[in-house]
Amino acid sequence: MEKFTSHTGTALPLRRSNVDTDQIIPAVYLKRVTRTGFEDGLFAAWRNDPEFVANKPEYQGVSILVAGPDFGTGSSREHAVWALMDYGFKVVLSSRFADIFRGNSGKAGLLSVPVEQDVIEQLWAAIEADPTTQITVDLESRTVTCGDLVAPFDIDDYTRYRLLNGLDDIGITLGNEADIAAYEGGRPSWKPVTQHA
Amino acid sequence: MGKTLAEKVWDEHVVRSTPGEPDLLYIDLHLIHEVTSPQAFDGLRLAGRKVRRPDLTLATEDHNVPTLDWDKPIADPVSKTQVDTLRKNAEEFGVRLHPLGDVEQGIVHVVGPQLGLTQPGMTIVCGDSHTSTHGAFGAIAFGIGTSEVEHVLATQTLPQAKPKTMAVTVNGSLAEGVTAKDLILYLITQTGTGGGQGYIVEYRGEAIEALSMEGRMTVCNMSIEWGAKAGMIAPDETTFAYIEGKAEAPKGAEWDAAVAHWKTLVTDADATFDKEIVIDAADVTPFVTWGTNPGQGAPLGANVPSPEDFEDPSDRLAAEKALEYMGLEAGQPLRSVKVDTVFVGSCTNGRIEDLRLAADIIKGHKVAEGTRLLVVPGSVRVRNQAIEEGLDKVFIEAGAEWRGAGCSMCLGMNPDTLQPQERSASTSNRNFEGRQGKGGRTHLVSVPVAAATAVKGTLASPADLSAELV
Repeated sequence: MEKFTSHTGTALPLRRSNVDTDQIIPAVYLKRVTRTGFEDGLFAAWRNDPEFVANKPEYQGVSILVAGPDFGTGSSREHAVWALMDYGFKVVLSSRFADIFRGNSGKAGLLSVPVEQDVIEQLWAAIEADPTTQITVDLESRTVTCGDLVAPFDIDDYTRYRLLNGLDDIGITLGNEADIAAYEGGRPSWKPVTQHA
Repeated sequence: MGKTLAEKVWDEHVVRSTPGEPDLLYIDLHLIHEVTSPQAFDGLRLAGRKVRRPDLTLATEDHNVPTLDWDKPIADPVSKTQVDTLRKNAEEFGVRLHPLGDVEQGIVHVVGPQLGLTQPGMTIVCGDSHTSTHGAFGAIAFGIGTSEVEHVLATQTLPQAKPKTMAVTVNGSLAEGVTAKDLILYLITQTGTGGGQGYIVEYRGEAIEALSMEGRMTVCNMSIEWGAKAGMIAPDETTFAYIEGKAEAPKGAEWDAAVAHWKTLVTDADATFDKEIVIDAADVTPFVTWGTNPGQGAPLGANVPSPEDFEDPSDRLAAEKALEYMGLEAGQPLRSVKVDTVFVGSCTNGRIEDLRLAADIIKGHKVAEGTRLLVVPGSVRVRNQAIEEGLDKVFIEAGAEWRGAGCSMCLGMNPDTLQPQERSASTSNRNFEGRQGKGGRTHLVSVPVAAATAVKGTLASPADLSAELV
């Protein structure tokens, strides 16, 4: 995973709540067995509409998504995170994220940033007034900055540490292999198994 | 101070706990399917890692498999590659797989319980958000992404921050004809799609205790639709009776030891929850959705709401967009909504009890002209059981399509999809835009409402059918 410390870029204002993972990437795009190349599936149904905000010329090259509340609800498909990243997004801002989506984004290196809805409203207004508006999301100081607006955000220390250092979870866990083996030694014999010796 | 059920199960699975870090949780059962696993196996191969515990791992083919001609090669080459990839990975990494054509093949959340692999007090994960289904047995069960699938394959553990706990108490009893599905749809309209976010929810109270295991699975299945990390129900005699004798259930002295432990898995009287919701079962009536998220629902007897009914501007805008997408008029009676396709199936309502209930209502009727009814059993075992009981004949004689097992139209990944503007009444779990096919319009319903709707051709309850006979 790439390290994430700070990102500055232009943003896409997505004035929608409950952007579920079926909207982010419909199931028909999940048939691939690769980990990249999902950008064509991103918001596939909406992108058919020439009026859809992401299709407007002024919002090409954006790298920050500013969305309504309850972003990423529904399916556990990590493809939703991959599609956003493949399209070029580094950061998603929303007042509330679904748990699985937020977990997935932290694993894959997309920063999900929860901020109050009034911050989202201010950002939408600023971007719509001037689509070249630059937003900075700084993981070190846990702040979102846009002009005079400076908004703090929460992220758990562990995810932040992993993102800042670009660390692989599995490597960290395997460092505690002795604890896992010790735990396994104490599991009750009646716990089910899928294969019998 | 006492512990909640969720805290007891959690604490039993902590491998390592360090301040400032998430707990490292041991995973008792890892379920796998073809869609969210290929990139995880690739990751293992790249790092030269093995599956740590193939004996705690089970794979099945469900999301992307056809429900017709399942004995022939899969026609869609991209789908075929995905299914073949799972088969190769299972072979290479030594994972038990139930492929198409196998008697144990089916939706992963139907297969686990029917094999007896889903048991109280376990931790169960799968790269699928409806893993919450298994919480019906008193397990902590939740959906994970592909990076986490890889993590569990490699380590049999997951780093997890401990969620808060919530109790949803359902007092009284559900009226005749009102099901677990109506209850959970009703609850989600009360809480919204984010109301459970950050919580493991324990469903309790008289109405929950009265539910069959199938009903409990329906409730826990849709926990994710209101954002909960997981849903659980304390195990009791109903749970033990369901598990006893199943292929992978403990036997003899092991059974006694297991049950003795399972009986301790209840929330202590002096335990406290971070949040509590109380519902009166008498308030629940047959419930359907009118919008494009599971929180946009109403009683079947109500009218389609107007966006002006919503105070919150974001809810109002969402309602406006939903009505436009769904092609509905505010104020229109829900019972007047004409339905093109009825789908009975999915991990929410694709078990034998659901098929029995649907057949019972449809028996002696015909599917309405201009409406199609698709019946998709949750697993081959459910399908075979239904055939043994003659339910297949009831469906076929009524004019329904009787299919093979899988996720099918719930997510429209296989050929079973809606056409643009086609309207469904579906016993599945999500009414998102395009979920069942691009442009498709989904109303989430219970099994009795689905069956009655198939006969009437408009959203209906079984009571509407008997009224006609009089």
